[in-house]
Amino acid sequence: MKFFKSFFLIISLLSIPLTAINKQAHIEGKFFSKLSDYHFFKDLTNQIPVDEVLPYQLQSELFSDYTHKQRFVYVPPTMKVPHEKNKVFMFPVGSVLIKTFSYQNTISELAPQLLETRLLIHSEGGWKAVSYIWNEDQSEAYLSLVGGTIQTSFSDKNGNIISVRYKAPNKNQCKECHQINASLTPIGPKARNMNLTLYYDGKPQNQLAKWHDLGWIDQDIDFMKMINYSSFNENIGDRARAYLEINCAHCHIPGGAADTTGLYLMLEETNKKSLGFYKKPVAAGKASFNLKYSIVPKKPNQSILLRRMESMDPGIMMPESGRALKHTEGIEVISEWINSL
Amino acid sequence: MSAALIIVEPSENSYKDIQEALIFAEPGDVVRLTGGTFVIEDGLSLDIPGVKIEGEGMDASILEFSNQKSGAQGLLVTSDNVTLQDFAVVNAKGDAIKSKGANNISFIRVKTEWTGGPNTTNGAYGLYPVESENILIDDCVAIGASDAGIYVGQSINIIVKNSFVKHNVAGIEIENSFYADVYGNLAEENTGGILVFDLPDLPQQGGHHVRVFNNKVINNNTPNFAPEGNIVGEVPSGSGIMVMANSHVEVFENRIENNGTTGIAVVSYADDYEDKSYYPHPRSIQIHNNEYINNGKNPDVESNELAKLLFELSNGEMPDIFWDGVVPISQMVFGQNQEDKMIIDEDGSPTIITLDPIKYILPLLDPVKRDINEFSGNIKPLKAVELNEVL
Repeated sequence: MKFFKSFFLIISLLSIPLTAINKQAHIEGKFFSKLSDYHFFKDLTNQIPVDEVLPYQLQSELFSDYTHKQRFVYVPPTMKVPHEKNKVFMFPVGSVLIKTFSYQNTISELAPQLLETRLLIHSEGGWKAVSYIWNEDQSEAYLSLVGGTIQTSFSDKNGNIISVRYKAPNKNQCKECHQINASLTPIGPKARNMNLTLYYDGKPQNQLAKWHDLGWIDQDIDFMKMINYSSFNENIGDRARAYLEINCAHCHIPGGAADTTGLYLMLEETNKKSLGFYKKPVAAGKASFNLKYSIVPKKPNQSILLRRMESMDPGIMMPESGRALKHTEGIEVISEWINSL
Repeated sequence: MSAALIIVEPSENSYKDIQEALIFAEPGDVVRLTGGTFVIEDGLSLDIPGVKIEGEGMDASILEFSNQKSGAQGLLVTSDNVTLQDFAVVNAKGDAIKSKGANNISFIRVKTEWTGGPNTTNGAYGLYPVESENILIDDCVAIGASDAGIYVGQSINIIVKNSFVKHNVAGIEIENSFYADVYGNLAEENTGGILVFDLPDLPQQGGHHVRVFNNKVINNNTPNFAPEGNIVGEVPSGSGIMVMANSHVEVFENRIENNGTTGIAVVSYADDYEDKSYYPHPRSIQIHNNEYINNGKNPDVESNELAKLLFELSNGEMPDIFWDGVVPISQMVFGQNQEDKMIIDEDGSPTIITLDPIKYILPLLDPVKRDINEFSGNIKPLKAVELNEVL
């Protein structure tokens, strides 16, 4: 009996490095050369995660050239995820956020296409950001510190085929958006942006309640109301502020890449001048469009903020990186909001 | 760890080649750009400290961005202890070279240029360090920027010397910065030659301790081509040196020649602002030992309100030196603090106009004052800037 027991123990120990998530690598901040090396997925191509990796979603998400995004989080066993109001969840060292960008092409003859999977790894030395670019036969994604250009096409919601020069970010570009002061941080997973219902094994449950059940977070956490900017039922002011929060505020925040402008677009910002109302540009150059202010209430066409969202010129467009297409629906939200002011 | 030399030559994949070199470089490494034109489609960036990017000369190693498809600048530097030297960034879609939060950065014999001449659609800034400490710009060239050729913003400890700026709206602009020396430069055929500005509602403001000396500021009469909405769009064509809302600025031993509106203008920030900590008026300005030749002969009265006002008030006799005279209301009544007063000590008896704001507001009184002796006093030289090692 004893013999068999140890035999099985040895087998199971041996099998751990082959299939289990390699926590030590995350802690050391090591990047594997292939996405499959992390063992986050049972089925890589179909993005079916292993049990320890939990899908999550955001209310409002950053526009990234109409890509579909699947998000997953890995938190080391028995660890807590502390929360501070208005801040991103404080995932413990060893945690990994996983985000796969794809074109689903559901209503066209185009095949679905996985583009890249980005990882944010919380190592002992802080968060590290890295992208894996999918191969053509969609069987594997490979480490790319220098990013990549993917020239491709996808079908939009009306079935029109749109061509896009999709850019997977390089290591520096990851940092441009994810850095506040001197340190890298996740952007999306704030409690206020995750208060929604998902299906877990077919059963609906509030995402934050699920995280509580997992022992990650406390039951009564305090957060501001934030909505999905795509939701037509909501107040246009709330939609616009949600849009600016998730699309702009990672740079337009004190300590962020765009803090030199004094234009701050976080959901919690209340100073109208800081939000752009009758605020002059500082270093916009031709991106001012010969206009005087970031936002002129009731005058979307005279508001630099909107004009820069509409632009496709790299010297003008906002955000500076992460899009090669216009976000028509986002432009509509901001335009309608400015009109309503 | 021994430093490596990484050599990059122009190729079909110049963006990828250079960007890879910049990402895989280690502190101490040199990335060498050979001679030739590198055609680049996406913005480059460096985030490794202690790296030097060097070419074979500003007219030999050219980074050409006419076909740029992404990136708000040609090259972005975000790491410390970086040296850029002997190459050019040409026709970037946005700014040419920006560095943000990059301490100890040196630009040596670097050129930024928009080759189509002055044009509103040119990028805003040529050399653009911002939020940095210890900046050296030496022997550089900046041509054609639709805002400033050399722009240093919200920074501390700055030397801009021996550089040539031409066909920009502002040749050299020091904005919201502390401790800057600007000397030995030639600012020629810009809209305004050298500007020292402070703006409200920004993370760092209250610009102070700036020395502008030994520069040649000549023929800065290019019509203002800044897109409206930008502060430099308000600068009259024909401005030599302009100081706005800074304190402790010393302007001396410059040759200021053929600037059609005025040689030196000292002005307040005239627009509204919210920030209560912002001080919109210039203080402790010292002007001495400059040479003034033929300024104010072709003022920008057609397109610029300030020049037009000055032209009307002066009956067409534009001065070498102009101060708008605006001070807080209490000081209009009781006078400026002694240490805040402007001091002018010039040999060549330049012409000056200052305004009396109270008389300016009231009807029928002539607000114009032309007595330079009102500003006589002892010059208290500011200290030279010393760049520290920041580690």
